[in-house]
Amino acid sequence: MKKEKIIEGLLKFSALVTILTTVGILYVLLSESISFFSEVSIWEFITDKEWTPLFVNKHFGIMPLVMGTLLTTFIAVAVALPIGITIAIYLSEFAPKRFKKIVKPLLEILAAVPTVVYGFFALMVVTPFLQSFIPGMSGFNSLSAGIVMGIMIIPYVSSLSEDALSAVPKSLRNASYGMGATRLQTAFKVMVPAASSGIIVSVILAFSRAIGETMIVAIAAGQQPRLTINPLVPVETITAYIVQVSLGDVAHGTLEYKTIFAAGITLFIFTFILNNISFYIRKKFKEQYD
Amino acid sequence: MENKLEAKNVNVFYGEFQALNNINMKFKENAVTALIGPSGCGKSTFLRLFNRMNDYVDSFRMEGEILVDGNGIYTKDVLVDELRKGIGMVFQKPNPFPKSIFENVAYGLKIQGIKNKAVLKNKVRKALQQAALWDEVKNDLDKSALELSGGQQQRVCIARALAVEPSIILMDEPTSALDPIATAKVEELIHELKKDYTIIIVTHNMQQASRISDYTAFFYMGDLIEHNKTDIIFTNPEHERTQNYITGRFG
Amino acid sequence: MTRGQINRLKDKAFAYFGVFCTLIGLVILAFFIGNIFYDGITRIDWDFLTNLPSRKAEKAGILTAWAGSIWIVIFTFLIVVPLGVAAGIYLEEYGEKSKLSELLEVNISNLAGVPSVIYGLLGLEIFGRLFGMGNSILAGSATLALLVLPIVIVATREALKAVPPSIRAASYGLGATKWQTVWHQVLPASFGGILTGVILAISRAVGETAPLIVIGALAYVPFTPSSPMDEFTVLPIQIFNWISRPQHEFSINAAAAIIVLLLITFVMNGIAVYFRNKWQKKINW
Repeated sequence: MKKEKIIEGLLKFSALVTILTTVGILYVLLSESISFFSEVSIWEFITDKEWTPLFVNKHFGIMPLVMGTLLTTFIAVAVALPIGITIAIYLSEFAPKRFKKIVKPLLEILAAVPTVVYGFFALMVVTPFLQSFIPGMSGFNSLSAGIVMGIMIIPYVSSLSEDALSAVPKSLRNASYGMGATRLQTAFKVMVPAASSGIIVSVILAFSRAIGETMIVAIAAGQQPRLTINPLVPVETITAYIVQVSLGDVAHGTLEYKTIFAAGITLFIFTFILNNISFYIRKKFKEQYD
Repeated sequence: MENKLEAKNVNVFYGEFQALNNINMKFKENAVTALIGPSGCGKSTFLRLFNRMNDYVDSFRMEGEILVDGNGIYTKDVLVDELRKGIGMVFQKPNPFPKSIFENVAYGLKIQGIKNKAVLKNKVRKALQQAALWDEVKNDLDKSALELSGGQQQRVCIARALAVEPSIILMDEPTSALDPIATAKVEELIHELKKDYTIIIVTHNMQQASRISDYTAFFYMGDLIEHNKTDIIFTNPEHERTQNYITGRFG
Repeated sequence: MTRGQINRLKDKAFAYFGVFCTLIGLVILAFFIGNIFYDGITRIDWDFLTNLPSRKAEKAGILTAWAGSIWIVIFTFLIVVPLGVAAGIYLEEYGEKSKLSELLEVNISNLAGVPSVIYGLLGLEIFGRLFGMGNSILAGSATLALLVLPIVIVATREALKAVPPSIRAASYGLGATKWQTVWHQVLPASFGGILTGVILAISRAVGETAPLIVIGALAYVPFTPSSPMDEFTVLPIQIFNWISRPQHEFSINAAAAIIVLLLITFVMNGIAVYFRNKWQKKINW
C-alpha cells in the first residue's frame, strides 16, 4: 500500500512538472522584463518607432519587431488558409477513402520538416525565383519567408478543420443531400457553417504557430527592424531578434541582454491570447455537440 | 451448509438515483445462486458489491453491510486488492489480456509475488484443467489468448479467476457473448465448479438459471422480489411478478 | 445550361481544385527537396561525415554536428520519456475529475502552443544559469525535453485511452492494485501508441534549432562531446551557420547537411507511422 502511494506521488510529480514549466517560463520572462522596464518605460517600448538596442543611439520601440512578425504571419496565413481549408473540405466531402488514407500522412510531412530546412528553401529557392519577376525585391524579405511558412502550416489548418468537419453529425449532410443539394452546396452551405468554430480554431492556431516560428524568418526575412508593410524589403520578427542577440556576445545583466526577454514576453502574450481564445472556442464547441 | 456471503440492509445510489433498495440476502456455501431480472434491475450492481468493483464508478455510494465469511468488506481496514484475491470474477464479454494464454492465467499468481516457474506451471495447468480447457490449449500456451475462439477466451478468463484459488466466483452474464455450444461448455463447467466454489451468476437466460443454479433470486427495479430454491422459483413462485418474468411475459 | 448542370459543373470543378490544393504543397516540397539533392548530394562523402568544421568550405565536415545531435537525442529521450509517460499515466489513470487535472489539462495544451524560442529563454535562465549547466548538452536536452513533453503526454494519454476498460476490470478483479494493473496490463497494451508519440517527439527535437541557439549552443565546436556537460553543436545549427555565410560553397555544404537531417527526420517519422499501423492492426479488441 505504501509502495502504491509512493508511485502515485511520483506520477503526480511528473504531471506537476508541466505546471513548473509554465511557472518557470512566467518567472523568467517577468523577472528579466521587470528589470528591463525599470530602465526603459513601457510607454517608450510601445510607442517608439525604432528598435535599435544594439546601436550606439539606442531606441527601444517594439513596434517594428511586432510589425515584422505580423507581416510574415499574415502572408503565411494568407497562403495556408485557403489551401488548408480547401484541402479539409475536399478530403472530408469529396475525396475517395483511399486517396484520403494515403494523402493525410503525406500532408503531415509538411509539418515534420525541420524549420531550418524551410529557411534554406525560402532564401535559396523562393527568393531568387520571385526576384526573377519582381524587380527590386531584396535578398531578405518577408514575402518569401511568409510563403514558405504558409506551406509549412498547411497541415495545421487542414487537419484541424477536417476534424471539425467530420465531427458534424452525418444526419445533417444526409438531410442536405436529401433535398437535392450537390456536394459543393452541402459543403459550403451546411458543413462549413456547422463546423465553423472548429475551423476558426484551426486558423487561430495557425496564426499562433506562425507568430512563434523562428528559423524561417531568421534566415530569410532579414535582421532589420523596420516599421513597414512592404513585403519586398528586409524586416525583423520578434523571434528573429531573439536569435540574433543569442548568436552574438551579449553579456548577462546588460540592458541588451534583457531586451530579448522583453521581446520574449511580447511574443508570449500574443501566442498566449491566441491559444486561449482557441481553447475557449473549442470548449464551447464541444458542449454544442455533447 | 454455511452462509458464505450476506447482504444486510443494502442501499446503493448512483448520484441521486437509487439502484438497490434495502436488500437483505444470504448465499449458501458451495452452491450456485442465479440473479435474474430485467435489464437495469440492479442485479449486476448487486453482484459487483461483493468484490467492490463498483468503487470505480464516480457517483457510487452504498449504505448497509456486505459480509464475506461473516466479515464486513466495506469497512475502512479492508484492503480491496486482498479481498479480490479471494473472490474471482468472470465478465460479460470475454476480456483476456492481450498476452499469451499462459501469461493470462499466471497473471493473478504473479502479482501475488509467485515467481517460481515450476509452481506457476503447475497452477496454470491445474486452473486450465479445472476450466476444461487444458486439452484444447496445452500445446499452445504461448499463443496469444486473443487468437482463441470466444468460448475458449471465456474459459481462459475462468481459468484466470480459478488460478488464484478463490473460494467465491462472481459471474456477470458469462455466456451472453457466446454461441450455444460454447455456452453449453461453460454451463457444464459451472456445474463442476460448484463442488469447490460458491458461485453467484447474473443471467438473462431463464433456461440457464434453471439448468445450473441451486438458488435463484429475482430482482425488479432495485428490489429483491423473491429468493428461493431454483425449482420453487421456476415451478411455484410466491409473487406474480416473478411468475410473469420467468414465463417471459415481460423482460 | 440549366441551373442543375451549372451546379454539377461547379461541383466537379471544386473537386479538381481540391486535388490541386492537396497536392500543391507536396509538389512544392518535393521540388524543394529535389533541388537540395541536386545541390548537395555530390558533396556527401566519407570526409564530409567525418571531418571537423572548418573555415574552408571544401574541408568542412559535420562530424561534431551529428555527434552533438546524437548526444542531444539520447539525453532528451532519457528525460522526456519517463516524465511524459508518467504524467500521461497520472492524468489518464489517476487524476480523477478534480480541479487539479483540469488545470493540468489546460496548462499542457497551453504549453504545446508556446513558441520554441521561449523554451530557449527558459532553458537559458533556469538550466543554464540557475542550475549552472551553462550551454552544455544537458542544458540543451533538458530544454528540448520540456519542449516536446506535451507531445509525449498527449500521445501517452491517447494510447492509454485506447485500452478497453474491461482489461482494467479483469486485472482489478484478480486482486491487482492500481499500479500493478497499469504496469502489467495497461502499459504493455498501449506500448505501440506511446512509442509512436515518443518517436515523433524525438524527431521534432532533432530538427529544433532556435531554443538551442538561445541557450548558447555554439556554431563552431572543434571537438566531439565526451560528456553531457560538454559544449556542443547540432546539425540544424551547423546548417543555419552555413546558410548565413555568403559564399556559395557553404550553401552547398548546407544542402548536403540538410540531406542528412531530412534523412534522419523522415526515417524516424516513417518508423513512427509503421509502428502506429502495426499496433492498430494487432490490437483488435
